[in-house]
Amino acid sequence: MRLKTKYAAIFLTMALLLSGCSSLKSGVLNPQGPVAKEQYDLIIWSIVLMSIVFIAVIVLFVYMLVKYRAKSSDEDYVETEEKENKWLEILWTAIPVVIIIALSIPTVKSTFKLEKSPSPNQKPITIQVTSANWKWIFKYPEQGIETVNYVNIPANVPVRFQLNAVGPMNSFWVPELGGQEYTMPGMTMYLWLEADKAGTYIGRSANFSGKDFTHMQFNVHSLEKGKFDEWIANVKKSAPKQTTDMFKQLLQPGVVKEQTYSSYPNVDVNRLDENGNPIIAPNSHQHGKSDDTEMKMDMNMNMDMNSNSHHNMNH
Amino acid sequence: MKDFLFNFKMPEHFFITGDPLIYGAYVSIILVSLAILFVLTYYKKWVWLWREWLTTVDHKKIGIMYLVAALLMLFRGGVDALLMRIQLTAPNMHFLDAEHYNQIFTTHGTIMILFMAMPFLIGLMNVAIPLQIGARDVAFPALNAVSFWMFAAGAMLFNISFVLGGSPDAGWTSYTPLAGSALDPGPGQNYYLLGLQIAGIGTLVTGINFLVTILKMRAPGMTLWRMPLFSWSTLITSVIIIFAFPVLTIALALLTLDRVFGFHFFTLAGGGSPMMWANLFWIWGHPEVYIVILPAFGLFSEIFSTFARKKLFGYNAMVYSMLAISALSFLVWVHHFFTMGSGPWINSILSISTMLIAIPTGVKVFNWLFTLYKGRVEFKTPMLWALGFIPIFLVGGITGVMLAVAPADYQYHNSYFLIAHFHYVLIGGTVYGCIAGLIYYWPKIVGWLLNEHLGKWAFWWFTIGFNLCFIPMYIVGLKGMTRRMYTYPAGLGWETWNLIATIGAFAMGIGFIILVWNMYYSFKHRQNDTTGDPWNGRTLEWMTSSPAAEYNFAVIPQVKGLDAFYLIKKERAAGVKEEAPEIKPIHMPKREAFPVIMSAFMFVAGFGFVFEWLQIGFLGLLGSVITMIWRSFNDYDRDYYIPVEEVKKTELAAGRRV
Ligand code: HEM
Ligand SMILES: [Cu+2]
Repeated sequence: MRLKTKYAAIFLTMALLLSGCSSLKSGVLNPQGPVAKEQYDLIIWSIVLMSIVFIAVIVLFVYMLVKYRAKSSDEDYVETEEKENKWLEILWTAIPVVIIIALSIPTVKSTFKLEKSPSPNQKPITIQVTSANWKWIFKYPEQGIETVNYVNIPANVPVRFQLNAVGPMNSFWVPELGGQEYTMPGMTMYLWLEADKAGTYIGRSANFSGKDFTHMQFNVHSLEKGKFDEWIANVKKSAPKQTTDMFKQLLQPGVVKEQTYSSYPNVDVNRLDENGNPIIAPNSHQHGKSDDTEMKMDMNMNMDMNSNSHHNMNH
Repeated sequence: MKDFLFNFKMPEHFFITGDPLIYGAYVSIILVSLAILFVLTYYKKWVWLWREWLTTVDHKKIGIMYLVAALLMLFRGGVDALLMRIQLTAPNMHFLDAEHYNQIFTTHGTIMILFMAMPFLIGLMNVAIPLQIGARDVAFPALNAVSFWMFAAGAMLFNISFVLGGSPDAGWTSYTPLAGSALDPGPGQNYYLLGLQIAGIGTLVTGINFLVTILKMRAPGMTLWRMPLFSWSTLITSVIIIFAFPVLTIALALLTLDRVFGFHFFTLAGGGSPMMWANLFWIWGHPEVYIVILPAFGLFSEIFSTFARKKLFGYNAMVYSMLAISALSFLVWVHHFFTMGSGPWINSILSISTMLIAIPTGVKVFNWLFTLYKGRVEFKTPMLWALGFIPIFLVGGITGVMLAVAPADYQYHNSYFLIAHFHYVLIGGTVYGCIAGLIYYWPKIVGWLLNEHLGKWAFWWFTIGFNLCFIPMYIVGLKGMTRRMYTYPAGLGWETWNLIATIGAFAMGIGFIILVWNMYYSFKHRQNDTTGDPWNGRTLEWMTSSPAAEYNFAVIPQVKGLDAFYLIKKERAAGVKEEAPEIKPIHMPKREAFPVIMSAFMFVAGFGFVFEWLQIGFLGLLGSVITMIWRSFNDYDRDYYIPVEEVKKTELAAGRRV
């Protein structure tokens, strides 16, 4: 009986807490774009399937405990010699197999789907993301501008983030727009995201990268197409240019404020060490398909690098 | 040469200063050491310590030393955990700064997995396995001591980092390039590499030792398919250790070469590959999580069957599912970095292979439940912990399957959702298994029982606290909170959950204190276990006296089937006459000094390499090699016989028939 009151008390406090504080509708459970939505649907489907398992086990568990707990009336208990039951065992192997099939099929489908643009009929925009100790640098190769610690994207346009790191790995994550991808030194990775409507979404680094990693939070502002173009034009007109020295300065370890530049120097971040100095990497690896912008950057390498160090595009 | 011998490069901070926590640590280390020295000298216990413990090769004593060390490490890791939880109680707290926080989560994770969970389970194996298979010791008793002392040297080395030179701070996963010397100079990360390296050698040796022990030393009549489940799980775990640990050894060695000797295995500069570390680490790391869960599964199986008074349901399926899990555990490592761009094919395949693990695991859960079916379930404390394991591990397991869905993992990875998952499996599985096993074997270890009443309080505090602590983490994880953040901003809806989690953590702490208090309390109010079989056990370990005599069995029992002791008791009850077995002189190993000396040299070597004082490092290595060589040239007079008279005397004293 004491147990029952204990359970009731736990249940009540949990219920109070659940109703008392902010709803669950934020982050992953508040998808604001097709990528996050796809993942959200998959998450819900997996929760549904797992609930079957959860309920089955809990019901059996409670049944066994209530029914077979030692009572004073069964002192004369004699052990049954039963020790297996083929049909039962087949049953509880087969059902999980079915559940896993039901889960794997959408898993594989989504895995392939998320490699591609979420809106294939729309012209995408590319943004290069570089994580450096402990900041986010966003370059817009098509527009030629750069922002630091915030990024503006057009709403309803698929964005192809091209991810790099100088120094340690980080992970680029905007939960309301979709899952994360690592940023790695010497290796380019890709992540498609898209926002359904205008709004501001919080992103952060999900992979520990040292002292000020916690502060690698940034805002993603999704703007209506017109507003976005206006903003680009404004930046081009009024923001300062970024020189190579300024860029190297930016790479120095530390936390910085949001910044905006109307241009950026041509530097291949895949070939920079943690201090922003060029390294000699005979074979920097690359994941995914090669990409023109990447190629252009590569040929424009302007730093004093070993001439025989060719960027290997076909990994 | 002179330069080499006398050049000691000092790191920036050798003695860590400037923090009350650290000063507290210094003072307590000094006081405790002085107290120990004083007690040992005052009570003239030095010789006793040396003869009975430091040089022992008795698996039961080695087991006890493992368990004591594991409990100390559980305390240390637990204090780390509470410090982290205090810091995260509310947004923008300044209890710890980032640098401290980073060190603390690193030592917490590393200590809990390598210096708490593993030695706890290995300790229980040591205590129980030879008894359970009806053997007099493990196959290589002296090597068993080497295992323990290597582990102790590694653990000690890792722990002094807190006060000398600074702790590692790149996470227990120690990913490069962050953990390379360019981004993380100084001795901290070296402690991780060398502490794990030395302890890892001990673990590998344990794996070999228990594999041979179980394969070669079983009592007559105990075929493989008559082995209790804890023995099976230990056998399978040993095989996993033998395959997985060399990978860790290599990975650590390569990173040590990078850091201490300027190699470039994991640095981009010089053409290395930082990503190779993640691969090597998880090729060891995923099997490692099964190394710490399978023995717990074995313990639960014993406990369910004992306290339900029934044969384990589906014995064969239980064994086959463990075999399946151990094979699959080597085929899923990529699920720890789905988001590192391995491509859709690899992600899909590894996603499915990961989900497959849930099938044999599910089979085990249903078999445990059906072990209770038509049984007579007694809620003794070991059983409470075993029963608590089922729903908790269930939650951990189903969230594991959710994590295995690669595209969804892009949203969970490195978030508090992941943290909640692995604590549900590691605490609900491994820690509950260790505690259940410890209480279960307690009378066999010390000869008296733990108090049931206090035991139940400990269980409920811990269990309720655990759920309060970790359920909120699933939620904040989905709300975007990532692991390893030392603080967080207000206004994201994370505050309440974090507050609850901290409260839960303290409740778990109270549970732990009650558990330890119970050891003292039960000692004061001892109820001696005179039967050797306090739980109405089913396997051979309960046939010996509590604690078992040095030689375990005066006469090795004959095994007639599964649950050997249950069968013997049944025959006895039915009045079948046992013929009085003839006691013969018992062949035993002598105590050995070389394991502790060799490991002390390894400690010196580790310390030298940590500070990159190579002369000391190599000196230590040389010392341990010389000890080894010295031991191999003195390979005689290592054993002795206990005469029949003495065996009889011991047996009579323990109230046994002879
Ligand atoms: C049903 C069985 C299980 C499945 C399907 C499963 C699945 C997973 C997956 C997919 C991850 C990676 C998630 C990520 O990094 O984003 C993970 C992480 C982890 N799992 Fe499990 N798991 C299972 C059981 C276990 C068990 C039994 C243990 C240990 C006793 C365990 C311990 C861990 C640990 C320690 C991590 C994270 C390590 C880290 O990144 O620091 N898991 N699990
Ligand atoms: Cu894993």
